Amino acid sequence: MSVSAVELERRRVRRSQSLRRALLATLATVVFFGVVGLLVTSSQGWPVVKRTFFDPHSAVDAFPSVIKGFGLNVVMFLVAEPVILVLGAAVAIVRGTRSAALFPLRVVAVLYTDVFRGIPSILLVFLFALGVPALRLTGVPTSLFWLALIALVVSYGAYVAEVFRAGIESVHPSQVASARALGFSNAQTMRHVVLPQAVRNVVPPLLNDFVSLQKDTALAGAVGVFEALFAARDYANFHFNFTPYVVTAVLFVALTVPLARLTDYLGRRSLGGRLSGVAR
Amino acid sequence: MTLLSLAGVKKSYGDKMVLDDVDLAVAPHDVVCLIGASGSGKSTLLRCVNLLEQVDDGVIEFDGQDITDPRVDPRTVRRRMGMVFQAYNLFPHMSVLRNITLAPQIVHTVGQDESRTRAMELLDRFGLADKADARPDQLSGGQQQRVALARALAARPELLLLDEVTSALDPELVGEMLAVLRDLAAEGTTMLLATHEMGFARDVATSVCFLHEGRILEQGPPSQVLVEPREERTRQFLRRVL
Repeated sequence: MSVSAVELERRRVRRSQSLRRALLATLATVVFFGVVGLLVTSSQGWPVVKRTFFDPHSAVDAFPSVIKGFGLNVVMFLVAEPVILVLGAAVAIVRGTRSAALFPLRVVAVLYTDVFRGIPSILLVFLFALGVPALRLTGVPTSLFWLALIALVVSYGAYVAEVFRAGIESVHPSQVASARALGFSNAQTMRHVVLPQAVRNVVPPLLNDFVSLQKDTALAGAVGVFEALFAARDYANFHFNFTPYVVTAVLFVALTVPLARLTDYLGRRSLGGRLSGVAR
Repeated sequence: MTLLSLAGVKKSYGDKMVLDDVDLAVAPHDVVCLIGASGSGKSTLLRCVNLLEQVDDGVIEFDGQDITDPRVDPRTVRRRMGMVFQAYNLFPHMSVLRNITLAPQIVHTVGQDESRTRAMELLDRFGLADKADARPDQLSGGQQQRVALARALAARPELLLLDEVTSALDPELVGEMLAVLRDLAAEGTTMLLATHEMGFARDVATSVCFLHEGRILEQGPPSQVLVEPREERTRQFLRRVL
């Protein structure tokens, strides 16, 4: 395809512009991180911090028990996440029902979200892990791992229910009107028209809550579940070296970053969909 | 014989009276056009007939049954009517075909094969057979509106309610939609429609109602209401739109 001289010139200018931008970005980045690194390492306490937080020997030494604990964090997250999704969706759907017979369920759903969204997750972990065994109920798990996990499910379930409810309310009323006009029942409208659109709208905020949940599995350590943070604290208290904390932090970052990127990607994609046809 | 009748229907939102003592009768095979300025109550009237809005007073009868009786399940009424909205309101997460077959399948318990055959028949008729698997947002406004019409017709309604179905369309797409409606009218489909298309009302309507501030000021055959209106308000309105 032949291109006019004007376009060729424009392309040459754009190429040199983008080269200049790349060079400037690189230079700025090197200078910025160089200065920050210099400031930190030249501080008076750096040698001590380096020894207590960034000690390679302690990192290697603590790694097996920290990674073993981290396995528990991952299992907690993987078990809790689907349960939270189901619980949150169920609570949100119950709140949207209209049948008179379901009134008591609606009351329970409202109470549930109001109460459990208001209590700090760490407090719930304490209440479940310490309070439930004291009840001496038969058939209820007494393992701290499961109790802490249930506390997280209950806490995040309330959040996720509200996210789903917001999603349900974000579906345009005209969609409901046209479903009704076709003779759909409330349940059919919910199932075929509202929920599919609501779920699509809430995927990014849901993933955001799950990034948060991944980190909050560390709360189980507060009641003595041997997860990564507890393992790191155990090591730190014994050896007077805090390096395992940094190791744990790196592991959590490695776990949350992919999910955070996925959230960004999906958020951009749904935005792109909404903007299509609009001049950008 | 009447299929639909409204007697003394009132509806207000807060202090605003949207329908004020409306009487109206639609016989089978009638095409009744509601005309009037925006906010005169045309859409509200259609929504009341479909029970999407609850009337404040008066009675609406459909096929001899008082459908404003609270004991009537709105679904049994809506099942027998089709409605098309100004903004199409197709379900964006489903294919065109699914949009049309969903209600017959889950509301009327028509089998999958039968509902598909019926949907393809309608799409074919409206020149959209090749769009069956497309998503609504891949279609032009005019195409979407014809799909919405096909969706409303799929279950063979006894009454078709059309709420300014051409108002959101580009001028060059209005014609094709009106052509489809003319065909339906010629076949004897009973229609109650709010419209700004005076040419369509003149050619197709069996009766035209002029609404002003929630009241039907004038109604009669188009040759009378549109050509030699009795009311000064009607004359003013027609001067503005023609």
